[in-house]
Amino acid sequence: MPFLIFTLAFLVIPTFYLASGSFQNLAVAPNDPAHGAFTLQNYSALSQPNLADSYFASIEISLVTAVVGGIFGFLLAYAVIMGGLPRFLRSALMTYSGVASNFAGVPLAFAFTFTVGASGILTPLLLAGGVHLNIYSKTALELAYLYFQFPLMVLIIAPAIDGLRKDWREASENMGASAFQYWRFVAFPILLPSLLGTVILLFGNAFGAQATAFALTGGSINIVTIQITRQIRGDALNDPGIGYALAMGMVAIMAVTIGAYALLQRRAERWQR
Amino acid sequence: MSYLTLTGIQKQFGTTYAVHEFNLSAEKGEFVSFLGPSGCGKTTTLRMIAGFEQPTAGTISIGGTDITHRPPNRRNVGMVFQSYALFPNMTVADNIGFGLRVRKRPKDAIHKRVDELLGLINLPDKGGRYPYQLSGGQQQRVALARALAIEPDVLLLDEPLSALDAKIRVALRKEIRSIQRQFGITTVYVTHDQEEALSLSDRVVVMSEGRIEQIGPPPDIYNFPATPFVASFVGTLNLLAAQVIDGATARLNLEGQEIRGSKPGAATGDRVTVAIRPETVEVGEAGGSNRLTGTIEDVSFLGSIVRTRVRIGNEASLSFDQFNDPGLAAGVVGDSIALSFPPEATLVLAGEANAGDALEQAIAES
Repeated sequence: MPFLIFTLAFLVIPTFYLASGSFQNLAVAPNDPAHGAFTLQNYSALSQPNLADSYFASIEISLVTAVVGGIFGFLLAYAVIMGGLPRFLRSALMTYSGVASNFAGVPLAFAFTFTVGASGILTPLLLAGGVHLNIYSKTALELAYLYFQFPLMVLIIAPAIDGLRKDWREASENMGASAFQYWRFVAFPILLPSLLGTVILLFGNAFGAQATAFALTGGSINIVTIQITRQIRGDALNDPGIGYALAMGMVAIMAVTIGAYALLQRRAERWQR
Repeated sequence: MSYLTLTGIQKQFGTTYAVHEFNLSAEKGEFVSFLGPSGCGKTTTLRMIAGFEQPTAGTISIGGTDITHRPPNRRNVGMVFQSYALFPNMTVADNIGFGLRVRKRPKDAIHKRVDELLGLINLPDKGGRYPYQLSGGQQQRVALARALAIEPDVLLLDEPLSALDAKIRVALRKEIRSIQRQFGITTVYVTHDQEEALSLSDRVVVMSEGRIEQIGPPPDIYNFPATPFVASFVGTLNLLAAQVIDGATARLNLEGQEIRGSKPGAATGDRVTVAIRPETVEVGEAGGSNRLTGTIEDVSFLGSIVRTRVRIGNEASLSFDQFNDPGLAAGVVGDSIALSFPPEATLVLAGEANAGDALEQAIAES
């Protein structure tokens, strides 16, 4: 029963609210008789170049940060767990990852601005090295996202790496396999379900992020969450119906992504109970 | 001629010696067991043969080739792990064929060899299953087949049966021995189970605290233990404190009664430990020329045998076994009893107090 209440309150009712809003005409004033009337206009508006682009940008940023953060986080976790590094480094990295994975939104944007923004403390050094980073760009946003993406990867993948048994590696070596063959035939396939799951999680984490992008770029970057903000709370562009349709589009993309993940994972996990 | 040779092997972790001055020469096709309690260095020695540990000193050679510093994947040594270590993402057939696959053997050859080994381990129809779909005994058979698939020069087994229940253990050890004989492969088997070591091996290496206590065929290890440790660890033993009356004739005083030891050697007047196997003692005078009298303290029914404990004098107690049969008249606690046993079964071990405590403990726990 508590689960049912929780699901209703935080999943079913909000989704229903979004879905019903996306089919209503909310562009007109509330006292207009057309207000709230059924329409498909909100969905057809999603094909406008500006809105379609926002999806592509969001997917690109999410994909890049999920993959790059995933690879970097995995290598980092692997290095401290299996790389023969001192034990204290592992505790230090896990503690840092716990904090950094939650260090997103406005604090991260400000930290990023103070460090590599126009007057950032590292900016003169970067400029001296010939690096000019525009913090309002997509690349800068991806870089900022990586600061919470890779620590999240470290946190989630570390237990999976811990689960790789030492005797699997030894058995593999004993059979004559090289380190590469061990990774190719044994370790990587065993880790694949966890890797897939974590990368999907990172994708969703970046896809739904709004505060970091908004605080860092002042809303100038065209991603879906910023577009939703503009449509629902904006002064110039105010059409909550389109905002709801945009949000439903996000739900659809996440559903497709999770569906694809489930298929892949079922294949990758066929050897599990 | 020696095939697997370990010469002066040592392994040091910090200031602790895990293995000390280990020397062994095993013939081609010989089955050698390392027997000892946990922490005695037997697994460390096995892992040094496999290449997972580097000896601090000494050399290991197989067929005359020094492999001491060769990486594990270039030793052609097959190993069966205690925890099976089957790859969970691969089917049984893929697990068995793994070593051949990484050696880039043709697919047909791999398939043929896998089928052959599946037949050998009596799992011909289980090739498509995953390890989690098999019982512990079946998984261990697959692990054995996987180790044999690469046609190793030496087969290493690290307590392979310890996770299995008693009946499967007995059945599987017979299979292991039979397969080992069929392949004629030099095998090193690590165990802390004396029955396993004694029943399987051509020779047993008994180890304690990183050192070899005794190497020999199972009957020698059991009947003629060289040290108090071997005597206490292998089989069950009575320990009784005695004093040497005459070293030249091995006459001993045990709680005021005179017996003879198996061989002379101890100095007259020495305090020694007398070790007597429970199964060598008989009621009455038929067991041999050594005679002892005492009072029955306890009678335990152990299924196929009945074990009786007899108080000898004030300090010593001696247990003996009788085969259980419906007509057996077991002793009654408090009754007097006369026992006999042969002098050749009366081992005289140097040292009294510490060794004695260990032996008494061993018999008390058995």
